[in-house]
This record gives sequence, structure tokens and C-alpha cells, in this order.
Amino acid sequence: MSASGAERVVIVGASLAGLRTAEALRRAGFAGRLTLIGDEPYEPYDRPPLSKSVLSGWLGTDRLLLPRTRDLHARWLLGVPATGLDLEAKHVRLADGRAVGFDRVVLATGASARPWPEPFQGALHGVHVLRGRDDADRLRAHLAELAGTGARLLVIGGGFTGSEVASSGRDMGLSVTVTQRGSAPLAGALGGFVGSVIGERQRAHGVDLRLRTTVHSLVDDGSGRLRGARLCDGELLDARVAVVAMGSVRATGWLRGSGLVADERGVSCDAACRALGADGIVVGGVYAVGDVARWRHPGFDADPVSFEHWGNALAQAETVAHNIMSDDVRQNDALPAFWSDQFGMNIKAVGMPGIADQVVLTQGSFEHGPFVAAYGLAGVTIGAVAVNSPRVLDGYAAMITERAPFPPAVNAADGPDCPVAGEAGIPRPATEPAGPAAASPLTAPAIVREGQP
Amino acid sequence: MHVLVDLNRCESYGQCVFAAPDVFRFRGEESLEYDHVPDGASDAAVRRAALACPVQAITLGTPVEEAPLREVTCR
Ligand SMILES: Cc1cc2nc3c(=O)[nH]c(=O)nc-3n(C[C@H](O)[C@H](O)[C@H](O)COP(=O)(O)OP(=O)(O)OC[C@H]3O[C@@H](n4cnc5c(N)ncnc54)[C@H](O)[C@@H]3O)c2cc1C
Ligand code: SF4
Repeated sequence: MSASGAERVVIVGASLAGLRTAEALRRAGFAGRLTLIGDEPYEPYDRPPLSKSVLSGWLGTDRLLLPRTRDLHARWLLGVPATGLDLEAKHVRLADGRAVGFDRVVLATGASARPWPEPFQGALHGVHVLRGRDDADRLRAHLAELAGTGARLLVIGGGFTGSEVASSGRDMGLSVTVTQRGSAPLAGALGGFVGSVIGERQRAHGVDLRLRTTVHSLVDDGSGRLRGARLCDGELLDARVAVVAMGSVRATGWLRGSGLVADERGVSCDAACRALGADGIVVGGVYAVGDVARWRHPGFDADPVSFEHWGNALAQAETVAHNIMSDDVRQNDALPAFWSDQFGMNIKAVGMPGIADQVVLTQGSFEHGPFVAAYGLAGVTIGAVAVNSPRVLDGYAAMITERAPFPPAVNAADGPDCPVAGEAGIPRPATEPAGPAAASPLTAPAIVREGQP
Repeated sequence: MHVLVDLNRCESYGQCVFAAPDVFRFRGEESLEYDHVPDGASDAAVRRAALACPVQAITLGTPVEEAPLREVTCR
């Protein structure tokens, strides 16, 4: 039993965040009944390689299982979705009619890919999204079929997932077009300035990058297959395969009617991962972890967002386990961090570059080769991104934690002679609708289709 | 044995690639990729890789319980 008296913990969502929470609970001595509920018919697996090692063909999707470092002695209910949460009766309802009772419940249902808004077009053969194993298998098979034929891959949305898919497509020798509503790829996470730098490098790898471009409609060839895409400027772009990479929607539909504050932006919770009710007050015994959690990081002056990063799931899992097991409430203040691999670039970021107002080059060069840039908000250093410089970020992380003034005094040997800070170019909702979770690195600015009925 | 690398923590030193080249490799100059479910024959090399990693980014797991693909009830 935990210090707080929980005998039964139910975790809904059996992926990175759910599995890690289960492990952390057992490590912390939880000896009660532990149930993991997951709708995918697979053991927990790792998602980041789906757009990288899997699409490029090096790893099969059966090579991604997450290690389990201990016996969980858990009841696993896999392949069955949770369909409801009843906080009065304290049970989770399952699609097969069962109800699973709990003393504490952990919401770890993550997110799903935002679908193409027009369902018939979205269902055309050749139109894909990428979130899970099955998506990756289908997309990989389709790309492999087209490799070497000179066919075009269209990627709708230049966020991290879209950019990584584009990179894998180029590796397979496909011609690749990326449409991006905003002025640069990755702008929601890294700002328009650094996004443009990366966009130029994507172009140098042969990507046909169409900025300030939206897709108006996906066009049928008459037999239910994709023929191409009508762009906002009227051009009909030929494409047999398209990947809709317009960001994600948090998987909260099953929480409707539960009394929690939950929508496609996530489950509203505090920095201790405790779910909040409509009155903003903590709902006892309910925790949210991973991509599905929407919260305000205590270290930054920012709106609540869901941090759709792998590392966030790990950090929050520890916080939830601690807070279930102990009466002393711990906030998760781990510095956000994420990475992306694309076009030969290893991109690593710390802090919250997505809320910055200014950016400055601190090491290397934007023109070519490795570089590091620091981000500031109102004169305080709040983030950094390193391209092909994976060994420098600890120092920047310390500056961010200490709230060092911006621009920071880095004085690196490979730094510019006189650093000049510029506008970070983060899309603001008022000027550039970037979707509800613009601060998330995996959320491409939302593509709004013009002329939709 | 299952492998997981914390790629936020990994600083691309490459010791793991040196120790177990069938399991870990670089894609591009600095991007590590790896097989999460290596062949059992690599187990010793993978253990060496985890020990050699200077930032302890590598977690190893052995599925000790049954694969949970059907309902398993314990306790
Ligand atoms: C293609 C891709 C590439 C990525 N690359 C990177 C990267 O390079 N760097 C990085 O930092 N992050 C990356 N990420 C993000 C990272 O994978 C996520 O942050 C992480 O998976 C979050 O884990 P989670 O457990 O919170 O959510 P998820 O992994 O989404 O897991 C949620 C689980 O809950 C299940 N579920 C949903 N609804 C229900 C329900 N009603 N009942 C039961 N089960 C349900 C889902 O099917 C899923 O199995 C990437 C993500 C994707 C998709
Ligand atoms: S040894 Fe560690 S730091 Fe080096 S590449 Fe491997 S995982 Fe990364």
C-alpha cells in the first residue's frame, strides 16, 4: 500500500508514459494491484524511430519494444480501449463492457495524429498519417513500393514529424514536396529564424519546400487512389503518396463527461501532474502523464501546454509515482528537452525555445556545419538549440535554470565575434494561427483548408 | 535483452557503436540509432556498451514476466 492509502492503481495508456509510471511505482514500493490498459494490441514500444530508423528501412516495427527493467506484477489489458472514466464510482469503463475499479487513476493516453479534415479525401489510398506501428508499416511499405520510380511524396506540414518523414523519403530516393502554412519549417518549436536556417538545409537536400502554402484538397484519381493535391494557389501537384503531418490531437475523447477539463489540447493538470477540475482545483486521485497532460511548467512564464516530447513522459512518470506514494507533493520542474534527427542533422533542444522573443547564434555558423543558438524571453535565457553539437547543451541548461540574462555570455571558441540577437519569429496565434499546441515540437502549424464548406 | 537509449542524454560519443556495432550505429555524423531488440548473441556486447557509455544513457531490460499480450493477473 502507498503512503496515501492506494490499493489499486489503474494506468490508462500502455506506452512510454504509462509503462514508465508503472515501473516507477513499483520501484517506489507500491505493492498494491496495478492494472495497465492499452488499446494497441502490442507490448509498449518506442515511437521516435518510427519516422527515422523504421521509415528508412533499417529497423522493423517489431524491433522497438521498450525494455522492462523489473517485474511489474501487473494486470495487462491490451487491445481494449477505455471508453469512460467515472470518478464517483471510481472505475474505468472498457469498450468490451468491463469496468475496472481504482483508488488512483493515471491518464496516459497520449495523442493521435490530427487527421485530414475531409474524411473521404483522408481515406484515399496513398494518404497516410504517422503515429503508431501500423501507420509506420503501411507507410514504409508504400514508400518502398515507390522507391526508384521517381514518384513524389507529399508531406503536409513541416513540423518535426513531417520533416523527419521528408528526410526518410529523400533517403529512399523519392522526390519530396513539403507544404508548410507558416514562413519556415519547425517554426512552432524553434521559431521562424532558426526554422528558416533548417529549411535552407532541407532544400539543399533536395526537398521542394513550399512555404506559406496550404493544401486545399486531396484529389482522387477516380478509383479511390490519391492522384495529387490542389494547393491554395490553384496548382495541382502530382503525388501518389501523401503524409498528413499536421500535428496531433490529445487522446481525451474517452474522458468526455468525466468532469475533468480535457479537450484536444490535453488534460488540464498542475505541475505535480494532478488533474484539475473546472474550478481549477485538484481532483483527488487522478493524474495525467506524458503527451496527454497539459500543464504550466513552473520554470517558465508560459501558458499551459502539452510537452509532446519523449523526455517529458519519463520525467512526469517519476513525478506521478512519487505523488501517488507520498504525501509530500512534488512538482515536475525538469527542464524540457527534445531531439530530432533529419537530413544528417542531429537537432537537440533544451528549455522552451517555442515561447522566445529573441534568438542569438552562440556557436558555429548558420550557413553551414554545426551551430548552437540561445533563446531569450524578456531578457532572460529560456532555451537553446544545438545542431550537430550534442555535447554542449549541459552548459546552456544550467544558464536556463539559473535564468541567466539574455543574450547569455557564452564566449565559446567557435562563437561569433559580436553576437547579434534577432527576432526569434515564433508564430503568434494572432498573426499566424499555429494550432493550439504551438509550443510543441511535434505540432506542425495547423493547416486550415480554405474554401471548405 | 531489450535496449533503450535516452537520446536527450546521449552525447554521441560512440562507445556503444564501438562495443556493439551490430546494435548501435550512427546515421549522419551525430545521430545514434539502435535496435531495441537485439539478437541474443549480442547480449554480452550490449552489456559492454551500456557500461562504456560515458553519460549512462543506455538502459537494459530483460523481459522477466510473460509477454503481456493476454490478460495476466498477479497477486
Ligand atoms: C513519429 C514520431 C516521432 C517522434 N520523435 C520524437 C523525437 O525525435 N524526440 C522526442 O523527444 N519525441 C519524439 N516523439 C514524441 C514521443 O514519442 C512522445 O512524446 C511519447 O510517445 C509520449 O508517450 P505517451 O505514453 O505519453 O503517449 P503515446 O506514446 O501516444 O501513448 C499513448 C498510448 O495510449 C493509448 N491510448 C489512447 N487512447 C486510449 C484509450 N482510450 N484506451 C486505452 N489506450 C489508449 C495509445 O494507443 C498509446 O498506446 C515522436 C513521436 C512520434 C509519433
Ligand atoms: S556510448 Fe552513450 S553517449 Fe555515446 S553514442 Fe552510445 S549512447 Fe550515446
